[in-house]
Amino acid sequence: MATNSGAPRQPLRLNMLFNDARYRGRTVQVIAFCILVLSAAWLVDNTIRNLAALGKDFSFSFLWSKAGYDIAPHAIDYSSTSTHGRAALVGLLNTLIVAAMACVMATFLGVLAGVLRLSDNWIVARLMTVYVECFRNIPTLLWIIVVAAVMSEAMPAPNAFRGESPTASMLLWDSIAVTNRGIYLPVPDFSRSLGQAPGALGSFDLNYAAILAVLALSLLARWALLKHAQQIQSATGERPVTWWKSLCILIAPVVVLLYAIGFHLDYPALKGLNFTGGLQLRNSFIALWIGLSVYTGAFIAENVRSGILAISRGQSEAAHALGLSSGRTMRLVILPQALRIIVPPLISQYLNITKNTSLGLAVGYMDLRSTLGGITINQTGRELEGMLMMMLIYVAISLTISGAMNIYNNRVRLKER
Amino acid sequence: MKLTIALAAVAAATLTSGIATAGTMADIQARGKLNCGVTGGQAGFSAPDASGVWHGMDVDYCRAIAAAVLKDPNAVNFIPTTGQTRFTALASGEIDILSRTTTWTFSRDVDLKFTFAGVNYYDGQAFMVPKSLGIKSAKDLDGATVCIQTGTTTELNLAEYFRKNNMKYEPVPVENNADVQQKYLAGGCDVYTSDGSDLASTRSSFKNPEHHIILPEVISKEPLGPLVRQGDDQWADVARWTLNALISAEELGITAENVEKLSAGSDNPDVNRLLGKEDKLGEMLGLDAEWAKRAIAAEGNYGEIFARNLGDKTPIALPRGLNAVWTDGGLMYGLPLR
Repeated sequence: MATNSGAPRQPLRLNMLFNDARYRGRTVQVIAFCILVLSAAWLVDNTIRNLAALGKDFSFSFLWSKAGYDIAPHAIDYSSTSTHGRAALVGLLNTLIVAAMACVMATFLGVLAGVLRLSDNWIVARLMTVYVECFRNIPTLLWIIVVAAVMSEAMPAPNAFRGESPTASMLLWDSIAVTNRGIYLPVPDFSRSLGQAPGALGSFDLNYAAILAVLALSLLARWALLKHAQQIQSATGERPVTWWKSLCILIAPVVVLLYAIGFHLDYPALKGLNFTGGLQLRNSFIALWIGLSVYTGAFIAENVRSGILAISRGQSEAAHALGLSSGRTMRLVILPQALRIIVPPLISQYLNITKNTSLGLAVGYMDLRSTLGGITINQTGRELEGMLMMMLIYVAISLTISGAMNIYNNRVRLKER
Repeated sequence: MKLTIALAAVAAATLTSGIATAGTMADIQARGKLNCGVTGGQAGFSAPDASGVWHGMDVDYCRAIAAAVLKDPNAVNFIPTTGQTRFTALASGEIDILSRTTTWTFSRDVDLKFTFAGVNYYDGQAFMVPKSLGIKSAKDLDGATVCIQTGTTTELNLAEYFRKNNMKYEPVPVENNADVQQKYLAGGCDVYTSDGSDLASTRSSFKNPEHHIILPEVISKEPLGPLVRQGDDQWADVARWTLNALISAEELGITAENVEKLSAGSDNPDVNRLLGKEDKLGEMLGLDAEWAKRAIAAEGNYGEIFARNLGDKTPIALPRGLNAVWTDGGLMYGLPLR
């Protein structure tokens, strides 16, 4: 800037704030800030006045009153006598469950499609192009509704499995039932169950806790075994054979434990009006999960493709020259380098998935939007409080994902020393 | 200096925007249209026909109000709402009155700050199942998958009923009536639960209504009625007394056909008061003397509205039952016009 910095300092006069290039920038910023604060204050004041005019107060006490409605599925103990706060928590868990599942599946689909789109095989590459272009150019909501419609219209009702000559039958040796209300899967059950233990969010299953604990101990033992082998190798130059030992350490304790607590599968069976037993993946969940995964998977595929294309050809040529096969080149040379380009946009896709779970509304998935932001708001009339809470929760989830992924990104990015 | 002026303008706007508006009725008269919140489609209560004209009991009530207030029964914007959006629409002023099969409950009246104008249909929650399931009683519904419109009292009654009877169920939340029908007919749920009138109305629109039965149990009281925002007593009075005028008209034998003749004067002082010949009730409401006459002339008295939308001659074919006037053994009771 052509300011006369050499000139003697003049005393500050009011009109210099606008006319003097040295001060104008700051003056405008201060004014803009004041306007922002004033508008925010006006917004808050206006809201409070309007609430007062409607005779409403601002309070979160509704979170401790009885909800009165049922939620399916609920990952923690919940009944219609629980509080609105707990209903919100159940909804939040449902949101997180479907978001996590969709992130995993979208990543799998995306990496697969992204890599295959660069395949030398013309048909495979074109098929993947069709997938990517079709799915990312049609709104998510439509995909979710399409999956829901296919599930509820094309699949047989539980009634069709009944009677002497049923029109529908269960898959895989009568263990899986695909109905228009969802898919029923067998779940692990324990005949000598260790029972439940009370926890902070409700009771949790001691059986699974025991299995996890044993697995953790096994991993620890395996780590010690490998370290020991490493020490022998450094000392003697010969590495003892460890693979069968580590396999034993990993598998045997868990098998013994499973036998001790009487592990078996609980199969779904037609009882009364519906299938009971087993695990029910509800239509709403399947629709949301598949819909979000295939849609976001197409975007991730493009991220992966651009990441791979960004790696110089010389890298794969060098790898081929070393005699590595295409698959190994991709897995060992290209993808590790491409990850640092892929990960940052991947973070935003994960955030998109998480935020888009609120589309579950369209298929009746009971997520946070539908419990706290739907029924609770409706039954209690606390729109403002409910919406504020929901926004805060979504922001918190997004920031957490973003933070965690950034930590990962820092680990995979190119280290410059 | 321009900036200073802009700042002053912002400040002025801030100050003036806090000023409250006049009453709802004045707003409506200035607008020339009544904004009436209805259901998106529930035959007999409010549903648009093929040419987009709304029909139904809740619709006719709004037309009666428009006739009373705006002298034109067609000066109504019908705004479809869902179970979840209706209260926000009313509280925010998007609609002037909610005439949408809404149950009059304590918390809606007291906590949500609404005022109910009265009851235009006495109802109760019931269950509908396909005949093929072979279920005869709601007590046999253990383990059933139940379709339900979310954000309704139905949802709360359902949870309570199954808990009290020690039965389990699987709720399938659905946003609106059309979705429920599609789900229920595709076998996505075993049972559809809602107000008895809604079930009858929904069933009437099925291709094979005779394949579905409504179970005998009525598990709740659902007095349905129109409501307005709390705090505007004049507008609440207009809503309340228009409903009363329609019910009283049936008691007094005033119909859309004879209202013109009777308004010239009759021997019955009640008729004279209602139709503006005596006492000036209309002016006390802030309207003119002929408000009730126009309201009745618009779509007829309560009985005529019921017969045209829900009665025996319609596919819904609901009996008058509790909704007959009190002299016929029902609960409909026009408050004294004095």
